[in-house]
This record gives sequence, structure tokens and C-alpha cells, in this order.
Amino acid sequence: MTTTESPADFLARARAQVLDQGVGLNQDDVLRVLQLDDEWVPEVLALAHDVRMQWCGPTVEVEGIVSLKTGGCPEDCHFCSQSGQFQSPVRAVWLDIPSLVEAAKETALTGATEFCIVAAVRGPDERLMEQIGKAVEAINAEVEINIACSLGMLTPEQARQLSDWGIHRYNHNLETARSYFTNVVTTHTWDERWETLRLVHAEGMEVCCGGIVGLGESLEQRAEFAAQLAELNPAEVPLNFLNPRPGTPFGDLPVMEGKDALRTIAAFRLALPKTILRFAGGRELTLGDLGAQQGMLGGINAVIVGNYLTTLGRPAAADIGMLLELNMPIKSLTKTL
Amino acid sequence: MSDLMQTFCTQCGEESAGLHADCAMQAVLSPPRYCGDCGRRMKVQVTPLHWVAVCSVHGEITG
Ligand code: SF4
Ligand SMILES: [Zn+2]
Ligand SMILES: [Zn+2]
Repeated sequence: MTTTESPADFLARARAQVLDQGVGLNQDDVLRVLQLDDEWVPEVLALAHDVRMQWCGPTVEVEGIVSLKTGGCPEDCHFCSQSGQFQSPVRAVWLDIPSLVEAAKETALTGATEFCIVAAVRGPDERLMEQIGKAVEAINAEVEINIACSLGMLTPEQARQLSDWGIHRYNHNLETARSYFTNVVTTHTWDERWETLRLVHAEGMEVCCGGIVGLGESLEQRAEFAAQLAELNPAEVPLNFLNPRPGTPFGDLPVMEGKDALRTIAAFRLALPKTILRFAGGRELTLGDLGAQQGMLGGINAVIVGNYLTTLGRPAAADIGMLLELNMPIKSLTKTL
Repeated sequence: MSDLMQTFCTQCGEESAGLHADCAMQAVLSPPRYCGDCGRRMKVQVTPLHWVAVCSVHGEITG
């Protein structure tokens, strides 16, 4: 890149590289996208959409997430209302297996093919692994849906066990750029998270790894994060926008501007042309209904439907209706065995 | 439990006849966290299509 390259020339170069060759943008070019003036946002969103259609196709993967164990987490992720270290209104509670199966059934009825079981823990203990084993068996007996898990940091044995149970994808977010991580979490390191992701990959599960933008990171760090995710090359990247939760250290941070959120979506798609890029938490707040549509037409090809772990989402029917309106078919079930 | 009867804000747990204006905005994307009758922090479970909030004294509300 030369410093004199105009936005139009830059986007033409990005098009030739990402759309035609399927090669993601590097960190400097991702930063360039994040720094584009507002007038260029529609164009970069259109390019990101073309890239998604070219390399991922028109289908949208729909997922429901559910918290098996809520709250009381010993870690201190500064955005998280489930940390036991902050004065958050979220109380610790476990979901029983029948309720979990019910949630999986309701999720499947929306058309979702993914059901992710999440626990607010540093990593699983024996009790949690036992519950997961029972949950997987109970869900498989009654519901046609892919089961994913997000249970924190794993030992090699736990990763193998989850893989043996048929967990097809494991979520573990790096959350933010490596250089910003210590501003967000102090109880474990970015590298510890990376190690779990390596184990997940080694056990043959799909890697799901994303994070949250709007944590106070600079645009340079946001670009760094996209580049680090591209290096990891996960099957899925869930993209959250900070929803500042009362009582957490980040509770007073501003909600990200809609235009910034859209630039981020396009930038992540252009860094990761072939990944499943999922709209996750915070989009209702940052983007509203219109922005959600713009995001779907700007590189996103997956959604979390309904509620999140402790907060509420748009009604599932609103999202499914939006996909219909946009003529984007919902990805159908292919059980990975 | 109706909002009219409430003596505590269900988002912040402080005494208030119903939700505070700020808390009402929060409530669009957040289930109740405190009992409107007694202000106790409730056990809340959120699933993709529902939520259940339980006060140890006043019982369960759902949405
Ligand atoms: S490890 Fe997960 S549940 Fe625990 S504080 Fe961090 S984000 Fe929240
Ligand atoms: Zn209040
Ligand atoms: Zn009560």
C-alpha cells in the first residue's frame, strides 16, 4: 500500500485480492477499512457482501445459545456480568437437563441448526463435564441439532472427551487483540486461550473463536485482532459489540456507533473471506433493526437467534423474517459425525 | 405481580414505584434482575426464547 492510494483505488485492490482470489486483507489493510470515511461505508459493505456470497454462499447459519451454568465465574473479564468479582445483578444458577432439552427443541423449531451450551467457568470441573455428558445424550435423544459447547479453558483430556461425545464445534473467544488483552482480563492470558483453541483443533472439533469490539481498544488493535483471528483461521467467528453491563468495569463505556460497527463487520469479512461470521451480542443496541439488515448485507452470514446468555435479543421471528425478506436461505442440518 | 404494585425497580433493585426511566431502557434487552415486591436479587435463567426469574420469597415470573 502506498500512502497516496485513494479509497477508490484501495477498494479496487481489495476487491481483486479478496473477492477474486479469496485472500484476506492483512492488518494494515484491515485498519484502512476501519478508517474509511462514512461516505465509503456503503461501498465497502457491498464488497464484503460480494465476498461472502462468493466464498460462503447465500445461506445463513442460525444458532441458539444457552447458559448451563450462569454467573459466579472466578475470572475477571471486564465486560462480563457473569464474573463473580464484580457487583453485578446476575446471580449464579444452573439450568437443569429437562429445561436444556426444552430450550434445544425450541431453538430447533426456529430453523436453527446449531445449539451452543455455555458455562460461566474458567474451565470445566468434573461436575460440569458430567452435566455436559448427560445434556448431550438427552438432547441427541430428542432433538435434531448440532451441539456446540463453550466451557472455558480445556485440558487435553476434556477436549478429547468432548470430541468423543460428538461436540462438533467448540467456542472459545480470544475476545480482543493480544496487545489489549491485559486491559480486559487479568486472571488468565491470551496465550492460555490460544492453547485451548489449539487443543480443540487437534481433537478435530471445529474452532469457533471471536470476541467483542468496543472494549476501548484502538482501531489499530481492532485490526490487529482481525489479523490474529485470520492467523487462527477458525471455522466461525462470532462478532459481539459491547453491551455495557451495570456493575462491570466496562459498564460505563459508550455503545459503539452504528457506522463503526458496520465498518468492523466489513473489515472482519475482508480479513476472513471464508469463515462463518456470526452476528452475536450487542447488535440490537449498536445497530437496531435497520443496521442488522445492513450487517446481513455487509458480510455477516450467521446469526444467534433469540436471547443471549443473560440478556435478551430480538424476537427470533424478527430475525427469521428478515432473512426471508433478504432472500437468504437458512442453512440446513448436516450432522457432523 | 403488576408494575402498579411494584415497590422496587426490577433492574437496579432500588425502591421505586416501577422501573426508573434509565432502567426502563435497560429492560428492553434485560430480564428483571430484582424482585419488584421486595427488591431481592432473583435467580434468572435466560434461554433462547424465554426467561424465568425466581424470588426466594415471592416466587416465579416468566417472559
Ligand atoms: S471467563 Fe467467561 S463467564 Fe467468566 S468472566 Fe470471562 S467471559 Fe465471563
Ligand atoms: Zn432502577
Ligand atoms: Zn420478592
